[in-house]
Amino acid sequence: MNATADLPLWVAVLVAIFIIFGAAVTLLGAIGLVRMRTFYARLHAPTLGTTLGTGGVLVASMILSSALQSRLVLHEIAIAVFVTVTTPVTLMLLGRAALYRDRIEKKPGIPPFESER
Amino acid sequence: MTRWLPYPVLTASLLVMWLLLNGVSAGHLLLGTVLAIGAARTMAALQPSKPRVRRWDSVVRLVAIVFVDLVRSNIAVGRIIIEGPDRPGQPGFLVVPLALNDRTALAVLACILTATPGTAWLEYRSRRDTLLLHVLDLGEEQDWIDLIKKRYEPLLLEIFE
Repeated sequence: MNATADLPLWVAVLVAIFIIFGAAVTLLGAIGLVRMRTFYARLHAPTLGTTLGTGGVLVASMILSSALQSRLVLHEIAIAVFVTVTTPVTLMLLGRAALYRDRIEKKPGIPPFESER
Repeated sequence: MTRWLPYPVLTASLLVMWLLLNGVSAGHLLLGTVLAIGAARTMAALQPSKPRVRRWDSVVRLVAIVFVDLVRSNIAVGRIIIEGPDRPGQPGFLVVPLALNDRTALAVLACILTATPGTAWLEYRSRRDTLLLHVLDLGEEQDWIDLIKKRYEPLLLEIFE
């Protein structure tokens, strides 16, 4: 693939900015996953990667492919839609599993089962 | 019409996706249409609830609002991560009473709350119409309840119910 050599400089710079931005946000989310103290707080950190992080990389990909093929490439929109629609499923599964475990173990500070209220 | 096209929006979305992935040409338009109609008719066997979008202008407003909130909450959570676990704010659970009943509206709300970092949807109690959330920086509980009740819920009610 020598096509990238023909890329105009301003496109290359723009793509680089978006990729670095997306990667940095995802990295920040990963750091958050390590630094947070409780399981529930950890649930929040990776969301950075699935929203703005993915967004940045996808925009970079759209600009690059559009510039290389000199037509608008929009596959990435489909990726963004599927990521947004499927993340709640995994997050709810993890969250509710943790909630169930903590309720059974009667950890303090956890909202009780529905029937107990 | 309804027998051949039980889910027009689904059929159209499938066709658009096919064209996005394969490129726009007469052949793909035809193939995509046949596949989309076939898939939508198969879907009819599962009898999913048929959401009715009542107001498209509200959809546009909702998307704009969510996009702004998404960027804002990314910045907020990013800051919390940088400050580390010893910052003053505390994470906590939050119960929000909901007026929404429509399944699709609830699914959309779940996507919004999950996509904005800082709020995590944990449990929806259908018998009481309440939602259990986990919030990274609890602060004023009422602010979070207002965010959902005043910012998202009225628009979702307008669109789906």
